[in-house]
Amino acid sequence: MPVPRARGVSLALLLLAAILFPLLVDNPYLVSVVVTAYVIAIAVYGLDVMLGYTGQLSLAQGGFFGIGGYTAGILMASYEVSFWIALPAAVAMTAALGYVIGLAALRTRGDYFAIFTLAVGVMIVIIIERWENVTGGTDGLIGIPPPSSIGPLHFDSLNAQYYLVLFFLVLTIYVVWSLVNSLVGRTFVAVRNSEELARAVGIDAGKTHQLSFVISAALAGLGGALYAVFLGYIGPAMGGVQMTFMMLVYLMIGGVASLAGPLLGTLLVTSLMQFLQGFAQYQMMALGPILVIVIIFFPQGLAGLAKRLPALWKR
Amino acid sequence: MSPVLLRVEHLGMSFGGLKAVDDVDLDVPEGEITAVIGPNGAGKSTFFNVVSGFCKPTTGRVALNGVDVTGLAPHRMARLGVARTFQTTKLFPEAEVLDNVIIGRRQHTKSNVLDAILRTKRLRTEAAECRERAREALEFAGVLHLEAFPVGSIPQEARKRVAIALALVAEPQLLLLDEPAAGINEEETSGLTALIRKVVESGIAVCLVEHKMRMVMDLSDRIVVLNQGKKIAEGTPEEIRGDPTVIDAYLGGGSHA
Repeated sequence: MPVPRARGVSLALLLLAAILFPLLVDNPYLVSVVVTAYVIAIAVYGLDVMLGYTGQLSLAQGGFFGIGGYTAGILMASYEVSFWIALPAAVAMTAALGYVIGLAALRTRGDYFAIFTLAVGVMIVIIIERWENVTGGTDGLIGIPPPSSIGPLHFDSLNAQYYLVLFFLVLTIYVVWSLVNSLVGRTFVAVRNSEELARAVGIDAGKTHQLSFVISAALAGLGGALYAVFLGYIGPAMGGVQMTFMMLVYLMIGGVASLAGPLLGTLLVTSLMQFLQGFAQYQMMALGPILVIVIIFFPQGLAGLAKRLPALWKR
Repeated sequence: MSPVLLRVEHLGMSFGGLKAVDDVDLDVPEGEITAVIGPNGAGKSTFFNVVSGFCKPTTGRVALNGVDVTGLAPHRMARLGVARTFQTTKLFPEAEVLDNVIIGRRQHTKSNVLDAILRTKRLRTEAAECRERAREALEFAGVLHLEAFPVGSIPQEARKRVAIALALVAEPQLLLLDEPAAGINEEETSGLTALIRKVVESGIAVCLVEHKMRMVMDLSDRIVVLNQGKKIAEGTPEEIRGDPTVIDAYLGGGSHA
């Protein structure tokens, strides 16, 4: 599907803004906030593939994020494996686990699927916490080195890591865009809209769910691995259920089943939380009502609101 | 009689103690319209669900072109050429008419995730072909002018035509129509009757479940009557019209339906 010119231009401008951002703000704290948001957004895109396009809420997304982080972190910190091998290994690990877990989880649908995957998410954290000699238990794992250089490209500065993460974010968005605008994406949406009718027209709904779940888990793994490497430290919390629900909040606020939604929601809410850090215990109190308002009045999230703005303007 | 396309033998389907379908034999010949009629609860919908793979029969056998297909999953049945519509006129909500019909062609395409990400020639060719075939099917069903409308916004009769286009776009051998004329008026019904006749003339066998007797009598080559899960009569419309068992069970004694 060709991209209309006006949209192409605005996308190019957005990308340019993202590239110039660390140079213009020159504030390491802000840049690191944005890098963290980018990394989590990658996993939120994965959540959206399953929830937005295929219609099933997976609450194991934080768990897969943790597995990605731990796979890359353990390989790099304990076995001195290069980042360039650890990263694909983390993605492969989460994709494979996604496949295996999907075999069981995808016998259920809807609420039951959400509950099943929630249980999987809880089990993942428990395993991370208890498997101390490998994962470092509740203390986590420190000393994950920055990515090794490729030729003249070094990744030990903050800005270099920003560009590295930006590259993977853009890659993720491209992958999701190209899936959504293809027969594969149409198949996902058909299964979401009516599984019964999809089966009647010859679509293997089981296989479609399985595929979507694997892609979703793989993107969580990619995000998790980048997160671990960027922070240089991992703890069980990154794979926790709270991480899953934060991702869900980012997605709901940004907009389900929209290409901008996951990034928009993650950037906005994570930055907001950073500014409100002084009120740590009240953060959730503010977030709760915001989420309720968004779900009632803007069920399509901010991205949906942006789409509707021109129509509202005309009235 | 033309060669048999679908043969159903001793079909039985029980839900707990209830025998929804009980030892039914039925042949659907190529290129003909076979109607299945009967009062509510006679087992017609269950019969369709078994043939289209949504229910696994308790007993009996379903064969397509002489090959045993009993108990295959719905998507396998669809790929073997058995298309169906649903009583409630199922379409994909939140999607436009053309997008709805395009997905019906997916079973003939091979594009996978890698094709999508790499934007391969195969993906582009198949996507264009699906769109082309979908527009042809809509034109055949007489609703091409509605292609860009969301399915929720078009009238009931048009929705029924789109559902038929969605079933036809896969180029099935057999089309199962579950009450295609439910909820539309007489004029619309005769329009739909003409469309179904056109479907059969294009070489597709049709198996029809319907309550509107005029439509059934007008269209059918053969009629099978079910009552309480059992087949009580079978024959041409004339034979069925005069069959005392049928009149007693279904038409309600001395009816002029």
